[in-house]
Amino acid sequence: MTAETPRIALTVERLSIRFGGLTAVENMSFSVHEGEVVSLIGPNGAGKTSAFNAITGYLPAAAGDIAYRGKRLNGLKPNRIAELGVVRTFQKTSVFAGQTVIDNILIGLHLRSRQYPTAILLRFPFVAREEKELLEEAHEILRFVGINAPAAELASSLPYGELRLLEVAVALAARPTLLLLDEPVSGMNPTETANFMKTLTRIRARDITVLLVEHDMKIVMGVSDRVVCLNQGRIIAAGAPLEIQRDPDVIRAYLGERYARAQD
Amino acid sequence: MRRLATIAGLAFLFSIPLWLGNFYLLHVCIITGIFIIAAMSLNLLLGYTGQLSLGQAAFFGIGAYVSSLASLGFEVHLLPDWLVTVDPKPVWFGMACAVVVTGLCGWAIGRIAFKVRGAYFVIVTISFAEVVRLVALNWDELTQGPMALNNIPPLSLVIPGLLDITFIGKVANYYLVLVFAILSYGIIARLVRSRAGRAMIALKENEALAASVGIDVTKYLVLATVMSAAIAGAAGALYAHYVRIVDPNVFLFIYTVTMVIMVVAGGKGTLAGPVVGGVIFGLLPEGLRSLAIAPEVQWIVYGILMILVVYLLPQGIVPALRPFLQHRRHLDAQKQPPADIPASEAMS
Repeated sequence: MTAETPRIALTVERLSIRFGGLTAVENMSFSVHEGEVVSLIGPNGAGKTSAFNAITGYLPAAAGDIAYRGKRLNGLKPNRIAELGVVRTFQKTSVFAGQTVIDNILIGLHLRSRQYPTAILLRFPFVAREEKELLEEAHEILRFVGINAPAAELASSLPYGELRLLEVAVALAARPTLLLLDEPVSGMNPTETANFMKTLTRIRARDITVLLVEHDMKIVMGVSDRVVCLNQGRIIAAGAPLEIQRDPDVIRAYLGERYARAQD
Repeated sequence: MRRLATIAGLAFLFSIPLWLGNFYLLHVCIITGIFIIAAMSLNLLLGYTGQLSLGQAAFFGIGAYVSSLASLGFEVHLLPDWLVTVDPKPVWFGMACAVVVTGLCGWAIGRIAFKVRGAYFVIVTISFAEVVRLVALNWDELTQGPMALNNIPPLSLVIPGLLDITFIGKVANYYLVLVFAILSYGIIARLVRSRAGRAMIALKENEALAASVGIDVTKYLVLATVMSAAIAGAAGALYAHYVRIVDPNVFLFIYTVTMVIMVVAGGKGTLAGPVVGGVIFGLLPEGLRSLAIAPEVQWIVYGILMILVVYLLPQGIVPALRPFLQHRRHLDAQKQPPADIPASEAMS
C-alpha cells in the first residue's frame, strides 16, 4: 500500500443480521479502501454471504450501518445500490440462461443506456446509435473477461468455467466501482481458477475495488490486500494475508483447538 | 432476403380482399386479425416478462365498452342525485379514450402486482377480469347489462375537403384491422429490441440478477402491463366498431384462453409467434367446418391438434421453425464483433 492515506470506499459498522431468532451476523464492522481487494473468509455458515446480501440490499440489516462513499445503503433496493456502483455476483451460478452470451452482457449494460420508452417507440436517432455502441462495448467486455465462446452461443450451453466468467462479465457491464464476488472460483478446475486469477488482476488494474468471498486460499492469499475472517457471525481476525495465516483464532476456527495449540 | 420476405408477406395480406371473393371468409379473417392483435399484446407480458395475464380479455372488453360508450354517449347517476351526461363523441376519439383507459387499468394492475409474480400475478389478473365482467353485467344504467350496447357507430375519419372514409363493410374493416395489426407489431418490436425489452426479458429469466445490475424490475413490469393493456384495449375497440354490438360476454374467460393458445402454440417470446399461432388457431375452426364431419368431432380434432402442437413443439411453432429459416445465421451476422476494434486493444 502507498504511503498516502487511502480513502475509504465501503464501511460496515456494527452490522447485525437475523433470521427470526437466529443471528447470522453479529456486530460486524470492517471497511474497504478505494482500489483495495479485501477477502471475507470463514467456515461455512460464518455469515459471509449474509453480509454480502445485506450490503447489496437483498437482506435487511437488523442493526448497524452500511455506507458506500458516504452514502447510506441501508433500506435501498438492490437496483438503487447498483446505480451507486456497488454490484455483486451470486454464489449459486446466476446468468440469464435462456439468452445468448452477448445478450447477457447487453442486459448487464442497462445502466449504461439512456433510452427511455418514448425515445424507443418513436425511434429517436440516438437510440440506434446507442445500440451500436452498447454492442461494441459488450464485445469489449467479453474480450476483457476472457470468454472464448461465440457471442451468439446460449448461456446455458457454456462450459462451467466460462459460465462463471460470464457472471463476472454481466456484473462488470454495470460499471461497478465496488465489485462483490461471492465464491467466484468454487467448482472450477485448476486451469479455470488460474484463468480467473488473471481476470481478477485485470479488474484490479481498472481501479475497481473488490470484496471477495472465497474458500480457495490460494486465491485469497494471492490477490487480497487484506483478509477479514468470520466465524459464527463475528469477526475473529482481520489483517494482511500473512498475519491471518498465522492467527491462532483463525486456525482454531478452521482446524480446531488441537492445531491451534500445536502452532503456539 | 429477410426484407423481401416481409414485403411479400405484407403484399399477400393486403391482396386478400381482392381475390378472396367470399365475405364470410373475410369476416373470419377480420375477427382472426383482431384476436392476433390481442394475442400480440398478451405475448408482450407472457413471452417477454414471463408473467401470465389471464385478464387479457378484461382489457379487450374495457376497450370495447369505453370506445362504444364514448361514441354512443351515455347518462349515468354517479350519486343518487348526480347525473352525468356525456354526449356522443367521434369514434376516433372514443377509440383513443379506450387506449388511454385500458392503459391506465394496465398501470393499476402493474402497480398492484408490485412484488406479485408468477401464480399470484395470474390470480390478480383473473380476479380483475371477473370483477370487470360483473360490473359490465350489473351496472345496467351504464352498460345496459345483458341487453348489450347496440347500434355502435362504425369508425369514420373525416378531414374536411381531404378525407371522408367510413369503415363500414368487410373490406374497409379488413384493411383497418390490418393497419392496426402492423402498427401494434411495430410498437412491440421496437419495445422488445430495446433497453426496455432487455429489462423485461431479464425479469423473466432471473429477477435477482436483473436487480443486481441496476434494473428496476417493477418499473419495466408496469411498462409492459401498460403497453399490453393499451394494445388489447385498441383491439377491443376495433372489435366493437366492427361487430357494432357489445355485451358482457366479451369478458368471457374463453377469449383469454384463446389468446393464450395462440401465443403458446405460436411461440411465446417471439415476435412472429402470436401471428403464426393466431392464423392457425383463428382459421382452424373454419377449416374444420369445411370438412364433412360433425361439429363435436371438429372440436375434438381442434383439441387434438392443439395438444399435438404443445406436445411436439413445446417451445411453439416459430422457435421450432427457426433453424430452417436460418434465423441463427442472421443472428450471428448481426452480433459479430465490429471489425474495427482489434482484440489486443480491448484487452489492455
